[in-house]
Amino acid sequence: MKPVPFDLVVAKDVAGAVKALGEEGAKAVGGFQSLGPMLNLRLAQPRILIDVTRIPELRGIQRSDESVVYGACITHAEFEDGAVFDPTGGALARVASGIAYRAVRTRGTIGGSLAHGDPAADWPVALGALDARVRIAGERGVRQMPVASFMTGAFATALQPNEVVVAVEVPRPSPQARFGFWKFCRKVGELAEAICGVYCDPERGVHRIMIGAMEGRPVVLADVPEVFEDARALEAALADLDLGSDPVHRKLHLAAIKRAVADMRQVSGASA
Amino acid sequence: MGKQGVGVALRRKEDDRLMRGRGRFIGDVRFEGQVELAFVRSPVAHGRILGVNIPPEHRERVYLMEDMKGVAGILARSGLPGFKASVQMPLAQGKVRFAGEPIAMCVAATRAEAEDIAATVTPEIEELAANHDMLEATKKGAPKVHDDWADNVFLETFIDGDIDSVAKDAPIAVSRTIRTGRQCMAPLEGKGCIAFYDRYVEQLVLWTATQMPHIVRSGLAECLGMEHRKIRVVAPDVGGGFGWKGLLQPEEVCAAWLAMHLDRPVKWLEDRREHLIAAANCREHHYELTAYADRSGRILGLDAVAHVDAGAYSVYPFSACLEAAQVGSILPGPYDLTHYRCRTYSVCTNKPPIVPYRGVARTGVCFAMELMVDAIAREAGLEPHEVRLANLVTPEQMPYRNVTGKDFDLGDYPESLRRAAEMIGHDEVRRRQEVGEADGRKIGIGYATYCEQGAHGTSVYHGWGIPMVPGFEQSQVRLTPDGTLEVRVGNQSHGQSLETTLAQVVNEVLGVDPEKVNVLHGDTALSPYSTGTWGSRSAVMVGGAVAAACEKLGERILGIGAHLLQARPEEVRIADGAVASEAGSVSFAEIAATWYLKPQNLPPGVNPDGLELTAGYRPKVDTGTFSYASHAAMVAVDLETGHVDLLDYVIVEDGGVLINPMVVDGQIYGGTAQGVGTALYEEMTYDGHGQPLASTLADYILPGANEVPDVRIAHMETPSPNTRFGQKGIGEGGAIAPPAAITNAINDAVKDLGVEMNVSPVTPYRLLAAITEAQTAGGAVRQKEEAAA
Ligand SMILES: Cc1cc2nc3c(=O)[nH]c(=O)nc-3n(C[C@H](O)[C@H](O)[C@H](O)COP(=O)(O)OP(=O)(O)OC[C@H]3O[C@@H](n4cnc5c(N)ncnc54)[C@H](O)[C@@H]3O)c2cc1C
Repeated sequence: MKPVPFDLVVAKDVAGAVKALGEEGAKAVGGFQSLGPMLNLRLAQPRILIDVTRIPELRGIQRSDESVVYGACITHAEFEDGAVFDPTGGALARVASGIAYRAVRTRGTIGGSLAHGDPAADWPVALGALDARVRIAGERGVRQMPVASFMTGAFATALQPNEVVVAVEVPRPSPQARFGFWKFCRKVGELAEAICGVYCDPERGVHRIMIGAMEGRPVVLADVPEVFEDARALEAALADLDLGSDPVHRKLHLAAIKRAVADMRQVSGASA
Repeated sequence: MGKQGVGVALRRKEDDRLMRGRGRFIGDVRFEGQVELAFVRSPVAHGRILGVNIPPEHRERVYLMEDMKGVAGILARSGLPGFKASVQMPLAQGKVRFAGEPIAMCVAATRAEAEDIAATVTPEIEELAANHDMLEATKKGAPKVHDDWADNVFLETFIDGDIDSVAKDAPIAVSRTIRTGRQCMAPLEGKGCIAFYDRYVEQLVLWTATQMPHIVRSGLAECLGMEHRKIRVVAPDVGGGFGWKGLLQPEEVCAAWLAMHLDRPVKWLEDRREHLIAAANCREHHYELTAYADRSGRILGLDAVAHVDAGAYSVYPFSACLEAAQVGSILPGPYDLTHYRCRTYSVCTNKPPIVPYRGVARTGVCFAMELMVDAIAREAGLEPHEVRLANLVTPEQMPYRNVTGKDFDLGDYPESLRRAAEMIGHDEVRRRQEVGEADGRKIGIGYATYCEQGAHGTSVYHGWGIPMVPGFEQSQVRLTPDGTLEVRVGNQSHGQSLETTLAQVVNEVLGVDPEKVNVLHGDTALSPYSTGTWGSRSAVMVGGAVAAACEKLGERILGIGAHLLQARPEEVRIADGAVASEAGSVSFAEIAATWYLKPQNLPPGVNPDGLELTAGYRPKVDTGTFSYASHAAMVAVDLETGHVDLLDYVIVEDGGVLINPMVVDGQIYGGTAQGVGTALYEEMTYDGHGQPLASTLADYILPGANEVPDVRIAHMETPSPNTRFGQKGIGEGGAIAPPAAITNAINDAVKDLGVEMNVSPVTPYRLLAAITEAQTAGGAVRQKEEAAA
């Protein structure tokens, strides 16, 4: 199928993008990898597309002692290839390399992935676990919020119609930090049926489990240091967790969580 | 020049254009002034059309069936007694019978604009209850797909046999319900066509992605009420067919009619969504089986009831009953089975029609039969390959006429299985199973052996009474003035590498360098009549025809060559593209030059028919060649996710003499990849309203490079006694056995849990659900058994 007719505006800066998004029927577009199929199936019928990938600010990164801020239009492939600095010692590259297929990764962006709000996608789960924050520009300037609360439901986010995701801020892990990640896909490159990211940074007091591919927004288990130490505590925490009504899916989610935790334990070295 | 003929793994002639992206597919064909089509398709599976709302400003660009005056529906009868014929109007009229059925066609300069118009057209439909389940559809009171039929069954067949005498005191009786999923064939290139009227030759020309240009022409002529001579059908490069391009489609009829109506080229390109929701489907079978055996695993009898969900209409030319009726005749498989009874139903439902898909009924049949064999093995406490060895037809029994009258030509079926067991390391796997896997997964091995009737001809097909019966196959050969060769054949090559294989046949007979041979195919104006490429027939039938034509041409070439060499005909022979005698040789180029340019030098009494001719061929016995193979799979099952990993996959295959072994391996690899899809991934599901639930490839999962294992192939070679070079049809074989071998391996892996899968595809969800159920029920069952003991 072919999309309905639309105009394409290439935004030069954030202010211009925000202004253009104020128009009736306008929609931002990043790498086109999720929006493209929706346009073709006519599930989305925007009148104007605002291409944000040429905005220099959205393509850069800023490092500080506390964090690294990634422009929203950095592609999965750039993370995968190590073309951008990775404070997590490879966790971001690893997550990126598991997204879709190389052709999709070459164009798909980290900001687009968050804005799309797919509960089975990799970045929301991984960045949510890493306690990353998303920066959003609108008419009243830039606001920011944790990735975990940015996701409000399946394909629903806190993004307002005339806002642009400008960046993602990933805190620098301390040397003892550990990250684990595991997902289950029907086929390599397809979106996950079960997906889990776990992160434990005792020095900074962060102990998080993020579970995606649920019916709604990803589920967060925050401040749960005990489950990383003790298998029974993990069992207990999981027993209380609402993982949907389907016992088969529940089983799959439990497997993903346990394997993500095991993955975290397996990886040696700092902030891996 | 090394050997380039039969038996050589020659590089493919077609690679140069296809690998460089220089092929010409329908999508690449453009004609001046062309317009494009988009179809308005039924949103519901079953309903009465009350009207179609078309905005007045678009009325001229939208066509309904009532606008297509004089166009008849597609009618594919079968002569089998009791067959109910359906008529499929190119655009639905009165009723819609499946979701996705075309109702209106919209025309514009581009597809996107045509879709814009289609979006404004709204059919008004009174929705009716839909038949989404073939078993329900056969029940009394089920909504009728075709109002004037007594029930929803295209055809019921019955093969009677004495089962009662073996059933009485058979030590083992196993009964199973076995199902296979509905599939879409998903060739890389979708369907597509472009039609125009050629005033110069007064012909309607239809370029279409088809496997059978001549048959499409016949069907089209019927629908449009035209003479055959007034229609030319051209198939350019075709990017895979698998059966989906072996039928006349409503969209082709629409485009052809509109091209004449508008007097301009009309193009339609199927997109992936149309393919998934509206294109012909395949494979959905349901079996109720009981097998009787003795303690040694010897199968005493098989009692079967099979249903096939044939969808809403009978497709042209194969009809709605080929699949189910074939189930009846091939279910006994490669086995020496004497007591057999089978009833089959081709059920009409509110789904797209089914067409034969690579392997046709064999994939489902092999799945059903081979799962039964493993069930018997488990019941008897024997190894699955041993039970097979106890039942396979032996070489001593060959040629063998089986219980349904199939004539197995030659071969050593048991040996293929023994080798497969050895290659997969059967005993080693058993030891490994004892120890268990470090990662907690369960491993298992599974086998499937089949024989594949291919290239079956007149004696088989006339009985079906469908619109097409293959007879003699013809080929035309022409030595051109420069001594190179043109070969014309009426079938179509869409991935089978026939341009190479047939050139090798030419080389085998005439010694001409395959590089100097052009194989022209896929065009009714260029080629002799043929039923096309289907039924694993091309190597046998078309290969045989090309050889026959080359032999006859060779005689004429020899006659002229002998004269030029001043030798007697018996003193010369053909070698490496020349005629040679003791004294010297004269090249085909010189001989051709003599015929075309220096006819004054021709011998007196030379054959006036010249250096081009058409010759025909049919094998001595045309009931089909029987290639066969044993597949063995080793899998690992993840009990926590239901994921199945294919650890190893081996195939021991006997395709007789292989014209090009590399091409044969390619066919096997490709078929096996599709078989992996059938086994584990692909399924088109429908909801209770008959709505298709997979409209993109994110929902209809095809295996990719990561999912298909490195297949190890070994060949055996039992030449067919009936074909020109001893070759057998193998094109479909790879797709037949994988679902059976893989599912048997899964069942072997999880047998201790009491889990047994009898459905394809074995999705992770299905497997995990079965494991979960067994784990929760397991405790209860064990308690019951202990209480009983
Ligand atoms: C075959 C296939 C497989 C895939 N598999 C996976 C997978 O395994 N895991 C995974 O995580 N993802 C997967 N994806 C999705 C892929 O990662 C996309 O790249 C990603 O979801 C969207 O990024 P994008 O830049 O292409 O966004 P686009 O498609 O351009 O846009 C998506 C949405 O985000 C909005 N948007 C984009 N950028 C911005 C911005 N800066 N500010 C505000 N709104 C914005 C758009 O308006 C739109 O609503 C797959 C996609 C395909 C086609």
